Amino acid sequence: MSADMTPEDTGPLLDVRDLEVVLPGPDGPVRILDRVSFTVGAGRTTGLIGESGSGKSMTAMAIIGLLPRDAQTRGELRWRSEDLLTATPRRRRRVRGREIAMIFQDPLASLNPGQTIGRQITEIPRRDGMPRRELGSTAVDLLERVEIPDPARRANNYPHQFSGGMRQRAMTALALAGKPQLILADEPTTALDVTVQARILALLRRLRDEEGTAMLLVSHDLRVMAHVADDLVVMYAGQVCERGPAPDVLRRPFHPYTNALVKSVPAVHAKSAIADPLPGSPANPAERPSGCAFHPRCPLTRIMAQGVSSANAIGTPPIHERCRTEQPEVREISPGRWSACHFSSEEAVR
Amino acid sequence: MTAGLVISDLRVTFGGRGGLLRRSEPPVAAVDGVSLRVGPRETVAVVGESGSGKTTVARSIVGLVTPEAGTITYDDTVLGPMRTRPPHVQRAIQMVFQDPRSSLNPRMTAGAILREAWHTHPAVAPKGDWKQATRELLAEVGLDPTVAGRRPSALSGGQCQRVSIARALAVRPRLLVCDEAVSALDVSVQAQILRLLVDLKSERDLAIVFISHDLGVVRQIADRIAVMRSGELVEEATAEDLFTNPRHPYTQMLLDAALDLEGVES
Ligand SMILES: Nc1ncnc2c1ncn2[C@@H]1O[C@H](COP(=O)(O)OP(=O)(O)OP(=O)(O)O)[C@@H](O)[C@H]1O
Ligand SMILES: Nc1ncnc2c1ncn2[C@@H]1O[C@H](COP(=O)(O)OP(=O)(O)OP(=O)(O)O)[C@@H](O)[C@H]1O
Ligand code: SF4
Ligand SMILES: [Mg+2]
Ligand SMILES: [Mg+2]
Repeated sequence: MSADMTPEDTGPLLDVRDLEVVLPGPDGPVRILDRVSFTVGAGRTTGLIGESGSGKSMTAMAIIGLLPRDAQTRGELRWRSEDLLTATPRRRRRVRGREIAMIFQDPLASLNPGQTIGRQITEIPRRDGMPRRELGSTAVDLLERVEIPDPARRANNYPHQFSGGMRQRAMTALALAGKPQLILADEPTTALDVTVQARILALLRRLRDEEGTAMLLVSHDLRVMAHVADDLVVMYAGQVCERGPAPDVLRRPFHPYTNALVKSVPAVHAKSAIADPLPGSPANPAERPSGCAFHPRCPLTRIMAQGVSSANAIGTPPIHERCRTEQPEVREISPGRWSACHFSSEEAVR
Repeated sequence: MTAGLVISDLRVTFGGRGGLLRRSEPPVAAVDGVSLRVGPRETVAVVGESGSGKTTVARSIVGLVTPEAGTITYDDTVLGPMRTRPPHVQRAIQMVFQDPRSSLNPRMTAGAILREAWHTHPAVAPKGDWKQATRELLAEVGLDPTVAGRRPSALSGGQCQRVSIARALAVRPRLLVCDEAVSALDVSVQAQILRLLVDLKSERDLAIVFISHDLGVVRQIADRIAVMRSGELVEEATAEDLFTNPRHPYTQMLLDAALDLEGVES
């Protein structure tokens, strides 16, 4: 494939197809990710939201090639013309940082406590042979780009001398250093106040618009998603339950889980009551419920079950038979909008 | 007597002694003259600039950094470094750290982490079956029982965060210092944790210092709000006052920059 092809010619930059990740558990293998599919277009931002523990970080780790050693994978990770899942370890190391970079969710756990921040964020240019005297100014430039005040002094700091939000920005600087085409950003702004957050998001948007850098953005902050994401993927229990253009999904979610999330976002400019949490407990990938994994907690199945005669025991909340027995496929409900719910339809209003 | 927490003129500086190989640098004040009160059953939120000293104030409250000046008292008892505090005071003030994964022992399972808290403070350990108590505590923070058998490396970011919350609550604190304690949770699980905190506030007279960048969450649970910038507390007000009538220009800037989901157009 020649380098001068435009994004339109090459299709999505990253195409995740039926990705499965299985880890050994005490009671046998656990399928942490179950047939996860989505794409990230060149110069676009795909948002990834979902329940805590639903597999967002695991998805990013699979793409960057840093899954636990005992993980088994299936499916395809199409990166331009190659499949990363079958690439050699050498090739994967080459991709990591230079073509695809990651901003890790836990900055403190992923930074080296014994090395200065300046040294760590210039690791890739150093390995690629940048002369010593340029490394110092590169470190300062990078820290400046991520809004660290007094960057020349700060480059000499160790991670413990940074605040939580400064470490998070150092992770972003590290990801930018290799000039990647795709950035996997796992919760990059949770430790930033809203003004710094706005500047970092603007920086990422500029990278997208001016250099065509694509991004997979993992965040629990739906307000951030609404402002930054082009496309949105929603995960529950290791599966994709909804995907589509971000503004549409957030304005009118098709899947009941997405709907519950959108309704739970606290308002800033008006006082809102704490939302009703979903009933029941989060799905455990080791014991994924039968049929639709969301059925024990789904408000919609209870509505759909009313008036339908089924074998529900007296006293238990009604569950529609189909939801209990048949796993919903991710279907295209309307052009570009996909949902994994038996009852999602263009007409359904909630 | 002044019940609860009283921070007076707290000042914390770092550096100045010179690094191992580096020239000595002038000390930098991370916290510069902060005073704050947190009464019983009160939830006081601390918001503000990244790097403004919020975590440093929190770590001072639990005695993990030594202030250069100022005092911190709890029910009129002066609080020194963590090691010097009597066990009942150590227990009464618990903290949920900003980087949950690094604050958990990587070699211990979540269950062992909770049991260790009970071994350290037997006075508040469950009377009956610890296994059952562990399951109940995990369920309260929205975790399934299998989490008890896993180490932090086998947990997601938000799961580590909830183990960290469970560990703090396990010893029945009177004052909980939450440093970005719900930042890694989806909004539904987050609502469950916020409700738990609100319940504990009335059931167990729990007081809370709630550090957060999420102004929406802060508006939902705070009684009072303190705003920090560059090591100083620039404004303090009741929650409604602060949101409806912000006085300091920095507070106004923060509120202006805050996004809402409503009214978003692509
Ligand atoms: N080594 C492991 N063994 C078993 N389960 C694991 C292991 N590592 C992770 N898990 C589980 O895999 C699931 C997915 O984890 P992941 O970190 O991807 O979640 P996440 O969506 O990023 O959540 P969060 O929003 O809380 O960060 C979680 O339920 C977690 O408990
Ligand atoms: N151990 C330390 N050594 C040197 N400097 C430190 C240390 N801990 C914190 N600092 C500095 O003190 C200042 C305040 O840091 P702190 O972690 O309290 O900020 P914060 O308000 O919690 O920020 P964030 O919202 O980003 O977490 C920062 O400039 C930080 O770099
Ligand atoms: S398939 Fe059934 S249980 Fe699943 S989301 Fe749809 S209505 Fe709810
Ligand atoms: Mg995660
Ligand atoms: Mg902090």
